[in-house]
Amino acid sequence: MTLQLNWSQAKTLFQRLGSVIGLLLLFIVLSVLSPDFLTTGNLLTVLRQVSINALIAFGMTFVILSGGIDLSVGAILAFTGAITASLMAAGHGMVLSVGAGLALGAVLGMVNGALVSWGRVAPFIATLGTVTLLRGLTLAYTQGSPIPVTNPGFAMLGGGYIANLIPLPVIWMAVAFILCGFLLRGTVFGRHVVAIGGNEEAARLSGVRISPMKLAIYGLSGLLSAFAGVVLTSRLYSAQATAGAGYELDAIAAVVLGGTSLAGGRGWLFGTLIGALLIGFLNNGLNLLGVSSFYQQVVKGIVILIAVLLDRRQ
Amino acid sequence: MRKLTFLAAAAATLLAACSQQGPGESTPAASSTAGGAAASGTPVIGLALSTQNNPFFVELKDGATKAAKDAGVQLVVVDAQDDPARQISSVEDLIQKRVSVILLNPTDSSALAGAVQSAQRANIPVITLDRGVDGAEVASHIASDNIAGGKMAADFLAKQLNGKGNIIELQGVAGTSAARERGKGFDDEIATTGMKVVAQQPANFDRAQGLSVSENLLQGNTDVQAIFAQNDEMALGAVQALAGKNKKILVVGFDGTPDGKTAVQSGAMAATVAQQPEEIGKLGVETAKKLIDKQPVEKSIAVPLKLLTKE
Repeated sequence: MTLQLNWSQAKTLFQRLGSVIGLLLLFIVLSVLSPDFLTTGNLLTVLRQVSINALIAFGMTFVILSGGIDLSVGAILAFTGAITASLMAAGHGMVLSVGAGLALGAVLGMVNGALVSWGRVAPFIATLGTVTLLRGLTLAYTQGSPIPVTNPGFAMLGGGYIANLIPLPVIWMAVAFILCGFLLRGTVFGRHVVAIGGNEEAARLSGVRISPMKLAIYGLSGLLSAFAGVVLTSRLYSAQATAGAGYELDAIAAVVLGGTSLAGGRGWLFGTLIGALLIGFLNNGLNLLGVSSFYQQVVKGIVILIAVLLDRRQ
Repeated sequence: MRKLTFLAAAAATLLAACSQQGPGESTPAASSTAGGAAASGTPVIGLALSTQNNPFFVELKDGATKAAKDAGVQLVVVDAQDDPARQISSVEDLIQKRVSVILLNPTDSSALAGAVQSAQRANIPVITLDRGVDGAEVASHIASDNIAGGKMAADFLAKQLNGKGNIIELQGVAGTSAARERGKGFDDEIATTGMKVVAQQPANFDRAQGLSVSENLLQGNTDVQAIFAQNDEMALGAVQALAGKNKKILVVGFDGTPDGKTAVQSGAMAATVAQQPEEIGKLGVETAKKLIDKQPVEKSIAVPLKLLTKE
């Protein structure tokens, strides 16, 4: 019995370590192939590039762990980014504008949660609806043209550095990782997320209040998407109506690459971070090597398929 | 409490250390000991494209590739798939690769200023192609003379219609320099003739929107002799809207894409003001080569346009 348990534990461990091993392999290969890869500057640049996707993917991890999916993250990012930028353009302070953007993101996420729980709509369909709705609202609100930002303090959020070295978005990513990791592993909330994803009916019978939980889970995803939107708006120094198109797929890819099961109930946040890094280093490395962007997509697709196939094997 | 004080002190230190200057950006080539692009002898030029999902930019790339071969320089092409965030990333990758010059074809005029400044801090000059970048100085800007092109289209219609007639204008994405300049060149020239623009509406450079906007405008305006579209895609949409209508309406497009040229040859479109994307790419590489050789370059280079008609 104990042997049995150890064997399955070992299997889980190996499967979880798969993404880490993959990242290490990629690291070694790229270091050998490109002399520009293994430099402090380049590694920090990639970390900064990864931060937006990682922020979104952290929220997505909770949603997928609970057995759901959130396609609206990119649309929430664009909408909240536009609202934040226009509040600042209207002369409001940075703290108020960013706070309002984040709150709006959380509320929009909770709308998804309400549709999924009380509306009993499948998460895929519910969030597909909100994508279309929010994209339309963003275009109507911005009239399709970018909203420029003229607040030097705000520009620091996405473009600043600490000690002339570490980009601020990397700090946001690290802070979000620690907080989300604590939420998932160290709180009742986290255990309930996993319980819902494992078996919703069993979770309900054992006293988990499903609907408020889903509201909170999708709300968290919305909040983190809005935060990613704020950081992106700051980096671009303008809010783009079409920002974040396709970001939901990158986030889902990061979660899946990290070994979290799309069926819910099984996964870890560290894996998501590794998954996001894998995608980021892959993009960066292929650019450094001068690989055509068409083949970059092919390579990315193959990597994701391999990850999913390994997951099925288990 | 002590913990709290420590945290506050740590936070204050971090804030004090905050800056907008990144690592290595102040001391560029100094750390380039690992060999790589700069040391290998052949100069490397980076080309950051907005998208390759549009024949125009593919032709631009082809022109640049050919010119790079002729000039004996290496060209590294990165593609942003029309996402400004992705373009910033790919420009950063080019900076890390320590290319000599970056040719930037921005996805968007407003979002790339930061990336251009990063490149300049690393002592890499930037040349913008086709679209400009707001809020940042570049070494040179190379684009078609869109105002002259709009004027060309107006002159062509004036000749065809003997200086009289009503025109519908399909506009590009509001706020883009291409839409603004083509519209200005066309409208200003039309104002000097007896012709009149009776309706103008954006169809966002898109064929499907060109179709629906043309249909709507043709419903509201029965006495129309010509349609001017600010790009070929919209013009081809207008051609679709006219299909089956028993009316002679001249359609003039802009860009000279392969589809547009075919439509001109078949007579579906009367003319197109052809850009020369290959020429833009070629001039980009040649100008970059001049910068590498420390020769002076012009701040702004206008690439001529050609009016294409049947035969």
